[in-house]
Amino acid sequence: MADDILDISGLSVDFRTPGGTLHALRDVNLSVKRGSVLGIVGESGCGKSTLINTVIGLLPSNARVAGGEVRFDGRDMLKMTPGQLQDLRGQRMTAVFQDPMTALNPVLTIGQQMVAIQYRSGASTREKRRRAAEYLAKVRIPDPEPRLGQYPHQFSGGMRQRICIAMALLAEPDLMIADEPTTALDATLELEVIALLKDLQREVGCAVLFISHHLGAIAQLCDDVAIMYAGEVVERGTVREIFHDARHPYTRALLTCDPGRIREATRRLPTIPGSIPDLRRLPEGCIFRPRCPERFERCAEHPGDRRITETQFAACHKALDLAPLERIEA
Amino acid sequence: MSALLEIDDLIVRFRHPGSMLDRLRGRGRQDIEAVAGVSLRVEQGSTYALVGESGSGKSTLARAIVGLVAVAGGSIRFEGRTIASAGQSDLRAVRRDIAIMFQDPIGSLSPRRSVRSILSEPFKVHGVDADLSQEVARLLTQVGLSPDFADRFPHQLSGGQARRVGVARALALRPKLVIADEPTAGLDVSVQGELLNLMNDLQAKLGVAFLMITHNLHVVRHVADRMGVMYLGRLVEEGATGPIFEQPRHRYTQALLAANSEPDPDADVQRLPIRGEVPSLIARPSGCEFHPRCGFALDICKTKLPELTGADGIRAFRCHNPAGVKTAETVPEPA
Amino acid sequence: MSAQAFNDPVAVAAPAPSSSGWRVLRSAITDPLGALGLSLVLLIVLGALLADFSPYLPSKMAMPARFAPPSFEHLLGADHLGRDLFTRVLHGARIALGVALVATGISLVGGLILGMAAGYGPRWLDSVLLLVFDALRSFPTVMLALALVTLTGPSLYAVVAVVVIATLPGYGRVIRAQTMALKSAEFVLAARALGASAPRILLVDVMPNLIGPLLILVSMDIPVVITIEAGMSFLGLGVRPPTPSWGTILNDGYSFIRESPWPAIAGGLPIVIATLGFTFLGEALRDRFDPRLRKDG
Repeated sequence: MADDILDISGLSVDFRTPGGTLHALRDVNLSVKRGSVLGIVGESGCGKSTLINTVIGLLPSNARVAGGEVRFDGRDMLKMTPGQLQDLRGQRMTAVFQDPMTALNPVLTIGQQMVAIQYRSGASTREKRRRAAEYLAKVRIPDPEPRLGQYPHQFSGGMRQRICIAMALLAEPDLMIADEPTTALDATLELEVIALLKDLQREVGCAVLFISHHLGAIAQLCDDVAIMYAGEVVERGTVREIFHDARHPYTRALLTCDPGRIREATRRLPTIPGSIPDLRRLPEGCIFRPRCPERFERCAEHPGDRRITETQFAACHKALDLAPLERIEA
Repeated sequence: MSALLEIDDLIVRFRHPGSMLDRLRGRGRQDIEAVAGVSLRVEQGSTYALVGESGSGKSTLARAIVGLVAVAGGSIRFEGRTIASAGQSDLRAVRRDIAIMFQDPIGSLSPRRSVRSILSEPFKVHGVDADLSQEVARLLTQVGLSPDFADRFPHQLSGGQARRVGVARALALRPKLVIADEPTAGLDVSVQGELLNLMNDLQAKLGVAFLMITHNLHVVRHVADRMGVMYLGRLVEEGATGPIFEQPRHRYTQALLAANSEPDPDADVQRLPIRGEVPSLIARPSGCEFHPRCGFALDICKTKLPELTGADGIRAFRCHNPAGVKTAETVPEPA
Repeated sequence: MSAQAFNDPVAVAAPAPSSSGWRVLRSAITDPLGALGLSLVLLIVLGALLADFSPYLPSKMAMPARFAPPSFEHLLGADHLGRDLFTRVLHGARIALGVALVATGISLVGGLILGMAAGYGPRWLDSVLLLVFDALRSFPTVMLALALVTLTGPSLYAVVAVVVIATLPGYGRVIRAQTMALKSAEFVLAARALGASAPRILLVDVMPNLIGPLLILVSMDIPVVITIEAGMSFLGLGVRPPTPSWGTILNDGYSFIRESPWPAIAGGLPIVIATLGFTFLGEALRDRFDPRLRKDG
């Protein structure tokens, strides 16, 4: 049995567009260890959603997997039949999405939906309902029994997202994919959901692939982190390695830009000058080169993954030479 | 000296239609107070940040200032002149001096109009005689966009670019006050910084005041001179930004700050001194509206709305058991 | 600082494309049915425009040619009075398209004004207009036509009036719904906050967003209008003989169908062509404009 529940290697995905082929993902390597949480961070256009859609097998019709493997529990998902994938999804692999308002069917009660989602189990309806209530309690919804009879609109936004999490965990999956699950929530609720996810993940023991652009949430929840930029994973490592000793200039820029890390009040906030390259006309060499403050001649050739430690990799020629990142303090 | 914008005890009410069942039972419509007696002032050329979670009434307050929703009580004064009070509003004289930027960078631009047409609109609406193509080019350059952008349509802009066009439109008639509703919403962190720097530069150059509405406290700390924290339509804490960040007094402010702590895997996952979610405005809690969620609530909090304490102009708050007060801190926390 | 950051090649590259209406039309005719629809519509329009070049006059009788079958001389044959049917069909196209154009034009403008007033104006106005729309829509078209013609006598004006009454409420309701949705859009709020007047907002911010969906509605409605005109003329409620209308041609042909089928075919064929043409075109346009309705998703 493999150590990694999900192991992505060399994954490349192309899109056919009117303006030419768009290389949305290029040579992506990632793995999610059993029972651990991997966070994926990146700004818009970094390929997060394409990655998720590849894993859950919902790529649009103009996309093509150009290479690589996506192994779930050792088996390559890209070679599975639609039937095999169907068995995987909703059973061993479940998902929670960004918008808790549209993820639930408004005309069915929570109880009906939570019973329906257990259609694979042979248990009686009464037993399924009992389990539904049990999971509602797990996500700290008070009075779970009577609330099973209520409709989604009778719950607040934060509660709805917790119900979505309960439904994703009901199947006791090996992997839960959480795509920006806290983005639509207020800060105080976000923290609560993160704390809840953390507790539940330990309790149920499933692995989580957590996608967010919010560094605070990533830092609190994840064991490992991967940073994506313009379709590549530019750095990956344990959460401490990434937050305390980032080795890729993009990771560093991202951390520096977060106003939450700037201790002293300042009127001039750091930025990353420039914008992401056109993925139809890729620049030669390192993808971050046009915006990188550290660039030099060798960056014209693609650096490839450099190993920093057992667990940390960064795609940068200077990965080993950069000075430790200092906090900006006045 | 009078401030640029003075809001006194402002009240905005909405009709809550109630359910069909309620009406059949003969229960009349009830009014809900989206803004329940807010007072604040914004000084010339300064930045005031209004902070709060969804449902706190901060966007409604902004819309009341520009006359998009009617005022039910209190008053809004601009440069000493009353522009809105209960049941009436007279914005004509100050329309050009107050501009507003809405939340959705792309959605707040008319989808079938070019950037040129969007940026010309303020001049046309107010009958300002100006060389429009020159003005459009000036505005675009001012917000760091090339004048070529004039021929683009909103769907051809990135979020950051659309936001810059929004800033340009707001500044077109050289207003004295710009109300910015979540100016950084939907922007990546790196772009967010660029936008805030731009707003800061323009403030220094043009002397414009900003009333910024946001839920992002990190941003507030860096850009705002003063801030107000709203909860269920009321300001619970208000004052100069620095002192509030250093020592929040209201328990809600404290919780918000804790929820916005620095991203660090080694930081103690603080269990917030707050529970549950913002209650509905229809079922406004008695006494201090925050007491059902507060970890430090006393008996008095359930019955009596706390007065605004601290009239020194530096900060004021409404709390029976504020943080940072020795005697009250020792009160045992209810479970 | 940030100025140069935004003048990067990606940001300034793309030129403004042609207006979206043209793009939609262009892509609609890549669809085979859409292309067929457009060709049929063009065929009818061209016929109507070139009707005067026919060597015959539409009402010129020539008894020797009575019930002549189609030939090079008479492309669709001749009717019971020896009139050239092809010429009559071409002139009939003028009536059909003319009525369609004028009547839908009036409906469209009226529907736009009333619909936007209902959607954007105060609630009482909305209630009043909705009541009017629903009252008008509840008349059966045939009854309405009969009643109106009883009052005014058969004429083209009566046809136009019936069509307007039959179609305007539908446009009004669609426009009202769209206007209400747009009313709370942030770009409309932005215009209101700027101090723009309601008519100005409706004209420059709201209306451009209604035109696209509306044109599709119109192109789907034109076949209906054409059949209303032909139907009323067939029943003698619209265009009076000897003026050629597809309805009167069909009626004449119907009376003499035992002598020759050609007059009836000549009356029916253009109705079929026009109806199919506009329907195909309208559906192709709708599919492009509103991707949600597309079958291939």
